[in-house]
Amino acid sequence: MSIWEYANPKKFMQTSGALLPWAVGLSVLTLTAGLIWGFFFTPDDYKQGSTVKIIYIHVPSALMAINAWGMMLVTSLIWLIRRHHVSVLAAKAAAPVGMVMTLIALFTGAIWGQPMWGSWWEWDPRLTSFLILFLFYLGYLALWSAIENPDAAADLTSVLCIVGSVFAFLSRYAVLFWNQGLHQGASLSLDREEHVADVFAWPLWTSIAGFVLLFVTLVLIGTRTEIRARRMQALLAREKLA
Amino acid sequence: MIALLLRDLRLATRAGGGFGLSLTFFLILVTLVPFGVGPEGGRLATIAPGILWVGALLASLLSLDRLFALDHEDGTLEQLATAPLPLEAVVAMKAIAHWLTTGLPLALIAPLLGVLLHLPGAAMPWLALSLALGTPALSMIGAFGAGLTVGLKRGGLLLSLLVLPLYVPTLIFGAEVARRGAEGAATGTPMAFLGAITLGTLALLPYATAAAIRVNLR
Repeated sequence: MSIWEYANPKKFMQTSGALLPWAVGLSVLTLTAGLIWGFFFTPDDYKQGSTVKIIYIHVPSALMAINAWGMMLVTSLIWLIRRHHVSVLAAKAAAPVGMVMTLIALFTGAIWGQPMWGSWWEWDPRLTSFLILFLFYLGYLALWSAIENPDAAADLTSVLCIVGSVFAFLSRYAVLFWNQGLHQGASLSLDREEHVADVFAWPLWTSIAGFVLLFVTLVLIGTRTEIRARRMQALLAREKLA
Repeated sequence: MIALLLRDLRLATRAGGGFGLSLTFFLILVTLVPFGVGPEGGRLATIAPGILWVGALLASLLSLDRLFALDHEDGTLEQLATAPLPLEAVVAMKAIAHWLTTGLPLALIAPLLGVLLHLPGAAMPWLALSLALGTPALSMIGAFGAGLTVGLKRGGLLLSLLVLPLYVPTLIFGAEVARRGAEGAATGTPMAFLGAITLGTLALLPYATAAAIRVNLR
């Protein structure tokens, strides 16, 4: 039993099909629980009032926006090294989800920033990095849709993902050099003392779990759709030959 | 390699090669900026380093889609790919030829256009130096984008979408050198980062570009 067995599309479809209802159910459960808990059963912040509650969407979506790109990097590398089609299709399925997560993080941040900072947008390093990340997602998706040959598209987007990761990383630290930040540091951490209060932290962890499960669910659905689309193409090609 | 470099230079400088086109574009851009932001000298002087850097970036983007496309159309690229010279070296030479025909002339002419934008005299050498140091990275990153899109019919717009986000770090450090130069501050740190980006892209991106071209020639 090894993870590479799931490179077989049939095996992947069986397992993901069995997992999918659980993933859907659990993500709906944790998301609803986390958001309702966060929105209605936590106190207002003494300074930020009720605007603090946007954290339950903002932080998880920002987290997933970055991790989705990280997942695409890993699956792209697996495709380039081991030529497993499922892997690159998972990267393709993750890209739109990651892009929407980036957008959600940007928009919720703007909605929070308007009353708190007095401005919808600041050229702060974190905000700027996220805008650049959004552009990388756009370029990646545009390259997928521009190339007709599926294998060539998979190869080229994977190369772009790897080069883009290096440059995204570089940009992240270059913008720190370019402008000082307004954005606060991390709200949650596993090792540091300084931390958001527990009354906010628990619903936040719940909704982070919800967003992770939501991401997994959407990527599974997307990958399954891509595999079915490939099968359709293969069937049509075979019929043409016959 | 030298023969390939000379061939590309000759192709670029002869009629129809597009040499001078990016320089003209740069000039027009600098002419248009004062119409957009108003003619006051003080305001122009503060934004001049940034405008000149963004202008150089856009001007070098202009000729990128021709970098491999023409050779791809007439089959030269296939010949080069099967030649004894590694494709990585071909890519690097083409990027250098692109830099010699766009980036270097832009760096040389930038101080002259800086005068039009009231750029302080102290900033001139820094602007030229930062452009000379940073534009090779722009050419190499651009070559990567051109390699990704070489097989596409309408690759031009996609090329700019792919390449422009990759230009961000180069632009940040390059414009920072020019801005600090204009204020008389120390320019060592951003200069070192800019050099690092240029050397890093020249060392590593030829491999990614050659890999992309091999996929497109399959």
